[in-house]
Amino acid sequence: MVHNGDALVGRGLEDGAALFRQWFASLDAVARRGEPAAYVFVMGSVAELLRSFDLPVVFPEINSLQTAVRHVAHEYLDDAEDYGYSPDICAYVKADVGLQMRGGVHPAGRVPKPALAVLTNACNTYIKWAEIWERMYGTPVVTIDVPGTRRAGLTPWPGDPDFERDRAYVVRQLTELITVCERVTGRKFDVDRLRENLRGANDLTASFKKVLDLNRSRPAPFNAVTDGTIYLGVANGLRGTPEAAKYFADLHEEMAHKAANRIGTLNEERYRLAFVGVPCYPIFRRFNEMFSEWGGTFVSSTYLWFASGGAALGWQYELQDPIASLAAGLLVGVRQAMDNMFFADTALDQMVDGFGLDGVVFHSVKSCRTVSTGLADARRSFSTRHDIPSLFLESDMMDRRVVSEAQLKNRVDAFFEGLATHRAGRAS
Amino acid sequence: MAYGAGVDVGSTQTKAIIVDDHRHIVGRALIETGANVVVAAERAFEAAKVDAGLQDMEVTFVAGTGYGRYRITFGDIQVTEISCHGRGAVHLFPLTRAVVDMGGQDTKAIRVDATGNIIDFCMNDKCAAGTGRFLGAAAAALEIPIDELGPTALRGEKPVAISTTCTVFAESEVLAWLARGKKIEDILAGVHRSTVSRAMGLMRRVGIEREVTFTGGVSRNTGIVAALNEAVGFPVNVSEESHFMGALGAALFAMDHIQGKLRPAAPREAPDGIKVQ
Repeated sequence: MVHNGDALVGRGLEDGAALFRQWFASLDAVARRGEPAAYVFVMGSVAELLRSFDLPVVFPEINSLQTAVRHVAHEYLDDAEDYGYSPDICAYVKADVGLQMRGGVHPAGRVPKPALAVLTNACNTYIKWAEIWERMYGTPVVTIDVPGTRRAGLTPWPGDPDFERDRAYVVRQLTELITVCERVTGRKFDVDRLRENLRGANDLTASFKKVLDLNRSRPAPFNAVTDGTIYLGVANGLRGTPEAAKYFADLHEEMAHKAANRIGTLNEERYRLAFVGVPCYPIFRRFNEMFSEWGGTFVSSTYLWFASGGAALGWQYELQDPIASLAAGLLVGVRQAMDNMFFADTALDQMVDGFGLDGVVFHSVKSCRTVSTGLADARRSFSTRHDIPSLFLESDMMDRRVVSEAQLKNRVDAFFEGLATHRAGRAS
Repeated sequence: MAYGAGVDVGSTQTKAIIVDDHRHIVGRALIETGANVVVAAERAFEAAKVDAGLQDMEVTFVAGTGYGRYRITFGDIQVTEISCHGRGAVHLFPLTRAVVDMGGQDTKAIRVDATGNIIDFCMNDKCAAGTGRFLGAAAAALEIPIDELGPTALRGEKPVAISTTCTVFAESEVLAWLARGKKIEDILAGVHRSTVSRAMGLMRRVGIEREVTFTGGVSRNTGIVAALNEAVGFPVNVSEESHFMGALGAALFAMDHIQGKLRPAAPREAPDGIKVQ
């Protein structure tokens, strides 16, 4: 909702889109010059370290979802399936395979080839995905094994002996990564540049956390799924840069202004919803409209947590010892991502009161077992503790062949009919 | 006397029900939906009025439901068939707490409270596996009229194990069993058991709670009713009106409006931008 004369409102979306275009334009230039780039993932990108070597970072997940948002994912998926990949394999992976087969030609610009791939164990598909580049290009792959906790609440924390043992384990792996980066780029590691990037990430995450918290306001100043995805693009793609830090400082200013002046993302906010899972990118806008037509807005999303590289926590690096601090941040961020997927119900518990939830939407996607497998458990667990209606939807984040808009609409309509009677019942 | 109507435009058939202000059914109609959803809705509504002996202006409120609900140009509100089946089932069988609706292209499990409001629901996933279409495909493969499917299946003594409920693969699966010398009765018993197995998966997701009411066109199939009773472990409610349950629920919502018991209206814009009110 844009207010005439209010320059702040809508600025974040415009600036975010502009930064996104600039980022892809810079990648396009790298590709055309044939220069090296690092392929990384949203859960544990270590972009701060890679940028200290002037390695441009490429997020294959973002490349893939962009093909879906731009309604061309099927072309890339077809290429991969024509080659022999099964329809059942993660569509993010297949869209990337299609992209590589097309020489990096992407609707947002040419994507450089991977000179290095860095991944974590946050998603098991990451490991098999990187093996494809290894086979295609002989790309060096560094897999950082981040010990998970399988405990909610991010325990243990820095200072705890268990945490420090895990930190030392990750520091050793980062040291190995630095050696590989030096070999790939021909540059020596510069700890001051890393420190500078960590400072930029600190500024970003401090503002990002405040932005997320501001959506507790009524009405919610931003939509956690549609607007939130733009924020995630900047938080990941430009993590550690001054541009990203400024963007989120500006975004915080805008959202604080909207919250103070009760400017919502909807004209009439009737239902406040949480979204669990990965968005339905093939019909991204339409999917959201199915909810907004009923006055439903997504005030929070687990996607904003697990796909923000730990930014949602507001994690602050200690700058005195950059590598040890980066290791701690990686541990905390990746654990938060993994635990929020494993304990989505616990994450929701924390949203219920603060965000004033009226309902929860669980979105299971065929492509992603990592995100979707536990949703049924999380929903049942959540329902035993809260008298809050929830909706379970099934579609995909990439593959339009398994996105049935009519069926989705039917379920969403029935969900809101139930929400209305639930609210009426509570009122009486 | 006031009259309310419900028109359920389904993927295969369109049903219409008219109720009076005592919520008694006074008229009904059933036609094939065909390619023109708008015309199907109008024809079913007009036929129900004729059945009820009513004139044009006597039906004061119309609720549309089913996949074609936004195409009912004369409708006053749209309500999902999920809400409508729940409402209709509790109206006919007040102790209903779970509903299984098997239609032409989808199967739904719905858990409801004592007033028919939805507590939870679940539908088949993106394809017509285990729905009426699957039964229809099996009937076509065996060249048996749809109405004889159930009675034939009930004569089966050794149901075969049907490994797919994919509608497209139904024919080859059935023909494969015929080629292996299996009796038609046993093949159909397997088809019915497999169909119910899919529905039971949905039922378990929302919770099987007594009483269970079976609705939708497939509820006329005695073989499915028997298989469902066996799977659930107790007799499910089935009525002559089960096929019309969505339209009945919609008609009851229409009567709510007439009598001032309003429920929230659906968004005014249909998915394709058609104005619905």
